[in-house]
Amino acid sequence: MKSLFIPSYFIFLKDSHSELRTRYALNALFMFVVTALSIILFSLGSESVSPDVLAGILWVIIFFSSMSGLSRTFVSEEERGTGLTLQLISAPTPIYVGKLFFNLVLTLSLNILISLLYILMINNFVVASADIFWTTIFLGSCAIASSSTILAAIIAKASTRGTLYPVISFPIMLPMLMTVIKATQLSLEGAFFSEALGQFQILISYTVVLVTVSVLLFEFVWKD
Amino acid sequence: MKTISLSVESLSKVFNRRVIFENIAFSLSEKQSLAVTGRNGSGKSTLAKIICGLLSPSGGRIMCTIDGEKTDPALIYQHVGLVSPYVMMYDEFSGMENLVVISRIRGLQTSSQEDIERLLKTFGIYERRNDEVRTYSSGMKQRLKYAAALLHHPEILVLDEPAANLDEEGIGVVRATMRAQCEHGILVIATNDKDDLEFAQNSVDLNRN
Repeated sequence: MKSLFIPSYFIFLKDSHSELRTRYALNALFMFVVTALSIILFSLGSESVSPDVLAGILWVIIFFSSMSGLSRTFVSEEERGTGLTLQLISAPTPIYVGKLFFNLVLTLSLNILISLLYILMINNFVVASADIFWTTIFLGSCAIASSSTILAAIIAKASTRGTLYPVISFPIMLPMLMTVIKATQLSLEGAFFSEALGQFQILISYTVVLVTVSVLLFEFVWKD
Repeated sequence: MKTISLSVESLSKVFNRRVIFENIAFSLSEKQSLAVTGRNGSGKSTLAKIICGLLSPSGGRIMCTIDGEKTDPALIYQHVGLVSPYVMMYDEFSGMENLVVISRIRGLQTSSQEDIERLLKTFGIYERRNDEVRTYSSGMKQRLKYAAALLHHPEILVLDEPAANLDEEGIGVVRATMRAQCEHGILVIATNDKDDLEFAQNSVDLNRN
């Protein structure tokens, strides 16, 4: 386990330092969030939209902002030619785990920011069950990070990276998106935590299945 | 001193139905060196990548043993150092930071800081160690690649176009590195440079395959 987590930790640190210096993903993510929220705010105006629709819009913003930034973790390595360097200094699994944690931290921070801005800026969006809402944000972030990391590794090897990422992500993320939207609706309706347990079980299972499959397949995706 | 062997049997590589090379075979042990020669596009760099475990061969096999124990192909990176035009350093980090990152990810602990400073001095980039790599010249980047490849004291050193972008002084340091590698490990050079070929006891000409 030590041989897995020590390199993973340093790959995570390397990616974090690299991101703070280059801001490849951060700038793209931040600009997307600000633009998307502004457009929604202007288009809604004084219209009263049902909380169910607002829950859907929140996850549309989260999905597309993730699509605009999370692929960078592998794409930037391929574009800069440092992918071979990584292959030369570490086994595939620690690379996957390090990148997964980097994407998880990035997604979680981004989703917390989006949620706070959304709660502050959208009038009708009132969270009645904060425990369900923030658990959904956390588990949704884990699910997005687990699917986006392996998909980023796959599309980094393709020539049409920009368009391919959201296209192949959508069918894989669809079950997760339907679940988080439902759980968010429950949090707006003021449901008890126990009522959302089924949704949380789906999100946890989705994440576990994707991480397990990714660990098994990553070597074949990463090499050649 | 470790006993090392690298044997390649009936190796072939095919890209999109185009045969790059086939039936490559050689065997090397410690203190031996091999030159891989051939015209542009003959597969020198591809063979170098396959030896380092960066590419899978289409046919044949590579076996590496260290002290009589067969090395797991997934862990071959622990025993191999590669300098190649395809291997790049992180532009946003300094030379020192690149080596520290590589050293930590590799799990090197003992005396690694001393090793890093020694390698930076050996390859003449110590003075610029804290500058971002994006400000380095192509020759300095090549020197940094050597330092990165030698950080873990690899048993097998693979050099693809070893003198690329280097000045006379740099070439001298590289030749000394090649000599040192030949004293304890295996050296594989992918080159057509006649001066580099003097270091090789064996050769594989990919034009003939």
